[in-house]
Amino acid sequence: MSLADLWAQHWFRAFVTGSLVLVFALGNFYITLWLERKESAWIQNRLGPMRAGPQGLLQVLADLFKLLQKEDIVPRNVDRILFLIAPFIAHIPALLIFLVVPFGPNMVVADYDIGIIMIAAVTSYAVIATFIAGWGSNNKYSLLGAMRGAAQMISYEVTLVMSVIGVVMMAGSLKLSDIVLAQAERGVLGWYLFPQFIGFIVYLIASLAELNRAPFDLMEAESELVAGYHTEYSGFRFAIFLLVEYVHMIAWSAIAATLFLGGWVGPTPADIPVIGPKLFGWMTGPVWDNVWGFFWFLFKTYLLIFILIWIRWTFPRVRIDQLMDLGWKFLLPVSLFNIFLTGVMKYGWNVLAESGSPLRWIFWLWR
Amino acid sequence: MEQTRELLINMGPQHPSTHGVLRVLVKLDGETITWAEPDIGYLHRCFEKLSESKTYTQVIPYTDRTDYLSAITNEHAFCLAVEKLMGIEVPERAEYIRVMMAELQRICSHLLGLGAMALDLGAVTGFLYAWRDREKIYSLFERITGGRMLYNYLRIGGVRNDLPEGIIGTPKDGRDKADKTIWGFINYFESYVLPEWDDLLTNNRIFQWRTQGVAPLPSEVAIAYGASGPVLRASGVKWDLRKNVPYSIYDRFEFDIPVGKENGDCFDRWVVRVEEMRQSARIVKQALQWLAENPGDYIAPKLPRVLKPPKGEVYIRYEGSRGEVGVHLVSDGSANPYKVKWRSPCFTHLQLLPVLAPGHKLADMIAIIGSIDIVLGEVDR
Repeated sequence: MSLADLWAQHWFRAFVTGSLVLVFALGNFYITLWLERKESAWIQNRLGPMRAGPQGLLQVLADLFKLLQKEDIVPRNVDRILFLIAPFIAHIPALLIFLVVPFGPNMVVADYDIGIIMIAAVTSYAVIATFIAGWGSNNKYSLLGAMRGAAQMISYEVTLVMSVIGVVMMAGSLKLSDIVLAQAERGVLGWYLFPQFIGFIVYLIASLAELNRAPFDLMEAESELVAGYHTEYSGFRFAIFLLVEYVHMIAWSAIAATLFLGGWVGPTPADIPVIGPKLFGWMTGPVWDNVWGFFWFLFKTYLLIFILIWIRWTFPRVRIDQLMDLGWKFLLPVSLFNIFLTGVMKYGWNVLAESGSPLRWIFWLWR
Repeated sequence: MEQTRELLINMGPQHPSTHGVLRVLVKLDGETITWAEPDIGYLHRCFEKLSESKTYTQVIPYTDRTDYLSAITNEHAFCLAVEKLMGIEVPERAEYIRVMMAELQRICSHLLGLGAMALDLGAVTGFLYAWRDREKIYSLFERITGGRMLYNYLRIGGVRNDLPEGIIGTPKDGRDKADKTIWGFINYFESYVLPEWDDLLTNNRIFQWRTQGVAPLPSEVAIAYGASGPVLRASGVKWDLRKNVPYSIYDRFEFDIPVGKENGDCFDRWVVRVEEMRQSARIVKQALQWLAENPGDYIAPKLPRVLKPPKGEVYIRYEGSRGEVGVHLVSDGSANPYKVKWRSPCFTHLQLLPVLAPGHKLADMIAIIGSIDIVLGEVDR
């Protein structure tokens, strides 16, 4: 059986692409963790890890290895089964998101027609793992953290989906690769970041809350709840919670890059005027398209990760009731307004596009 | 009938936000605090009893360790008490050095107090910025006194040594000399640090959400509970011992007393501290001018090796960084004090906790603890 035949087999493809996604998630987890430590250090007038490897690149490895070496402590009074399985339940939704993310042209594991709904469905059960961990730990701080987490994540799930609907309306598809292609046709200024700016801001804030990152890291607020729902965890189970947090962050950034920043769309050296085609003309073709697509996808993802980390190390934490107020009383109405606005503007363009009236330029961005 | 049950939570003594070893028992209804009670004593070191077996000079280093974040002001309070008991005249230059050091110490102490409050509210970066600037004060103090945190610098009747050569600097010193000359630090502090605090936290919307309207303290309650210092002033009472009952040479300096509004909340307590740092910087500048114009080497009077104050007792009120430090000294005529009673502002402020906390959220609890700025070393002594 040749490789091509093997590739045609479903099980083989699933195995290979699934493994690649896992490698992608874990590799970027490593880099993001390092970036978080370095970036917080830059913000705070420190150097960050410097000793292990160049610029402390091996520090994360050392830390993770340390965590893996540790004794797996299960406190006496916990609900044993729930306590043990919670970290594993937690990491599944984080990884599942990557299934529908287009990494480049034709580089997507499962290009579902209902990609966005699939993301919403999968991520909303991350809260179950959090609650299992908090409840199973039989610790008051964990319980409070889990309660906060449940309230917070369920509330913000709504806002998050609402903020994305504008994009869906503009692209006319729930499929992520279609959304990217629709943006590719519109050029850089047509990226949904611009017409859907309100949606983007709402998405950014809501995903911070969904990810439990500062300023919304209420369920693990260390000055209030010690470590929130994972207070009792140690060793590699704690490491898995850490992994989940960062993989989630990468996944959300990847989705934001796909929906608002044009995903893998971007210029290649061959697009440079005058000298481009001459010097870099050889950089075309399907393989190079994939390479550059993947590069732009990663670049945009890391741009968003950088912003998320930046926000985390700048702002104080909000309180639980303020968080709820922000979500239900401000972000949700705003995202609903965005849906309304998008509808009106799209309709306006549809009506006026052919008319030649100068008024149509008002609606041009929503074309 | 179904009822919600109250949850009893034990915050501390090893809780990340309790500033050392404070234990707070909290009853929660959901997330709302219904009852709170601090439990102290984990850092008790018998300071008062220990002092009775030391000579007067030997007590000074112990006073450093009561409120260890504001050591100079404690030494100053104790020295003032002994000097009043013995009727010692302090040289003018020593007075100016003392005041300058005390005000620098106040800046340093407020920086950490504000930084720790910011940390509790989740702004880790603000805390580390506070450390960066404290570090600069510490390098100055290290050159002046030899110690970084606990100095044992003041002596009864004066100070141990004059300021080292060149530490005063000139009013033109900028940020590059912030950890080399006092003028450099003050200029850096006023032009860079304070605006940065305003930008990063005071004017930050989330920070204001978290602190405004949280734990309002009416002025009559503050007075009834014996609050003092920034906590009292934040409730709108214009009471500063440096102005109202001037001691040392504070009547020669020009500065304002920042006050909050009638019902001072956590935000007022924060703003008052930030303003106080500004005023302290003003005092330091005036002291520096005088010190630069009046050089001299008479910094301590000649006193016998073993001090034996006459029989009697004396009480000194001193505006420490966190409030009114009171020293009650009783002498029986021997070389050791008969009794040293230390009135600790933090101890007094901590009893406000059961008054302030109920009705607020658990997350506000740490804002309250941060805003009354306690040092457990001083609470327990």
